[in-house]
Amino acid sequence: MIETIVSADLAVDEKLTLEKNRLQPQELTGEEKRISIVTGLYGDELDGEYICYELIRRINSNKKYLKGIVDIFPSCNPLGLASTTRGVPMFELDMNRIFPGSEKGTTIEYIAARLLDDIIGSNLCIDLHSSNIFLMETPQVRISEVTAEKLVPIAKQINADFVWVHASATVLESTLAHSLNTMGVPTLAVEMGVGMRINKKYGDQLVEGIFYIMKQMGMWEGPVETPKEPIVSTDGSVSLVHAEVSGVFVPEIQHGEKVEKGQPMGSIIDSLTGDVNQIVEAPESGFVFTLREYPIVYEGSLIARILGGAK
Amino acid sequence: MKKEVIYSMKGPFREELKVKGYKFGEGEKAACIVGAIRGNEIQQLYVCSQLIKALKELENKGAINSDNEIMVIPSVNQYSINIGKRFWPGDETDINRMFPGDVTGETTERIAAGIFEKTQGYSYGIQFASFYRPGDFVPHIRMMETGYQSPSLANLFGMPYVVIRKPKPYDTTTLNYNWQLWKTNAFSVYTKETDEIDEKSAKQAVAAVLRFLTRMGIIKYNSHSGYIASVIAEQDLMPIRTEKAGIYRRHKFPGDGIERGEMLAEILDPYDGRVLETITAPIEGIIFFSHKAPLVNQNEIVYEIIKRFHE
Repeated sequence: MIETIVSADLAVDEKLTLEKNRLQPQELTGEEKRISIVTGLYGDELDGEYICYELIRRINSNKKYLKGIVDIFPSCNPLGLASTTRGVPMFELDMNRIFPGSEKGTTIEYIAARLLDDIIGSNLCIDLHSSNIFLMETPQVRISEVTAEKLVPIAKQINADFVWVHASATVLESTLAHSLNTMGVPTLAVEMGVGMRINKKYGDQLVEGIFYIMKQMGMWEGPVETPKEPIVSTDGSVSLVHAEVSGVFVPEIQHGEKVEKGQPMGSIIDSLTGDVNQIVEAPESGFVFTLREYPIVYEGSLIARILGGAK
Repeated sequence: MKKEVIYSMKGPFREELKVKGYKFGEGEKAACIVGAIRGNEIQQLYVCSQLIKALKELENKGAINSDNEIMVIPSVNQYSINIGKRFWPGDETDINRMFPGDVTGETTERIAAGIFEKTQGYSYGIQFASFYRPGDFVPHIRMMETGYQSPSLANLFGMPYVVIRKPKPYDTTTLNYNWQLWKTNAFSVYTKETDEIDEKSAKQAVAAVLRFLTRMGIIKYNSHSGYIASVIAEQDLMPIRTEKAGIYRRHKFPGDGIERGEMLAEILDPYDGRVLETITAPIEGIIFFSHKAPLVNQNEIVYEIIKRFHE
């Protein structure tokens, strides 16, 4: 059942509409649990589009197993998705930094408030993200320290490769996930792949995890796969590798590889002079869960994140 | 006057980015003034250029009081200015959402850290800023409510209004907010324009800064005494939003006094020119902000009104 959450007229002969698809059993008892699957807050993060499709397809193919309510919000930033734009076109603020939104704010702040209102009441929300166009990410759940105790046990069920518990930051208090967690809706922020592309393998992996979670919640009676045991990290065991010079990054390793401390991960080259301006070495031994995908780098651009190393 | 490169970074395929500080006087760090941080802040760049011109003349006349150093940074981000982009060309991030910065972080965090290091320790920090919503303002001084803000000092600029804003999470990474946390009295000066040069409000801004520096005993300058400012809490401004979308025809402008029921703007059908909506003033007051673009969406804030005050 397709429902419109909020809409606003655009200047010339078009309506901006935020829609969801509600999937529920034929007959309701009133006791059903509810899960919300949210994606597309950034217009260049597309893995969630495939996951939404696959969830709907599998549920509709086996409707008899569905015992709860599944709300799927595939396109929270429809104009961005339709125009290859990360943010909301013609709106300066990052849509995932304006929650809980505002009934009195700009059109987009108003839409954010209505989206949040609609999700409230869910027993669980899963906020699906890809990376941006610059970085490739392994499927992971990102959880702030303050919500770790409650969310890590759920995150372990979603079939991600690892769970990153990171330090809290004031600026992150305006994300959808933070707002929902504060308002009593446990929410997992999931990240995978790279911007502007769909990684079907990662998508299928997460779909399995979502069905497993639904089964644990008593919402799904069909067969599910046991999720993989993720590594649970803390900030202390994640090493960040930045470019120290500007130029063109050419990797020597593959995303997802294990590296040894001091191992060359790639070079930053100068295509005019033919010089190698930096050999990027692994600062720690470990698993490269983030790797630079877009070659042009400025001093400071993130090259990789490595899981490993002592706190 | 001394011109110094206060931060530099070699970008890929481009000449090195050199952020320049223009220093006047010697001794205690009295005032730091920052112009364009975003690439479309042309008015902010222009105001700084006029201020540097004026301070140079004052210094030549011996009008910088002893033991006072003033630094003006006209542009932090010519990499964006020169290609017509508002945000950082490498990854579309906003340097003014990266403070206090991180010297080991991502590119714009490093730039913010470099700038913050050199702009810290001044008694007064003045930023010519631009707002995230496009439109025109009455020239004003804006301060964050951090607990350290001082509206009485802001009054010494002699601008007609001082606006106090309750910071949202995304404001906590601006230069203004972080200056205040690090004990610099911080003021954001908003003139009428951003992308275009407005001579009248630019002159007003230069005069306001020179007046403030005079009143703080930093320079000697004979100036008009300016206004006794009305101090307004941002949440007390009355927003007026559109019910219809279409072509926006503005009748009233920032600074205009309005009577209750007076027409402010019309929204026209973009195809046949019919008036779809007439926006009228719900109260008597003065226009603080107005939407400027020729098109408008439904539910957009097109005016903010200062209630009760009189011209």
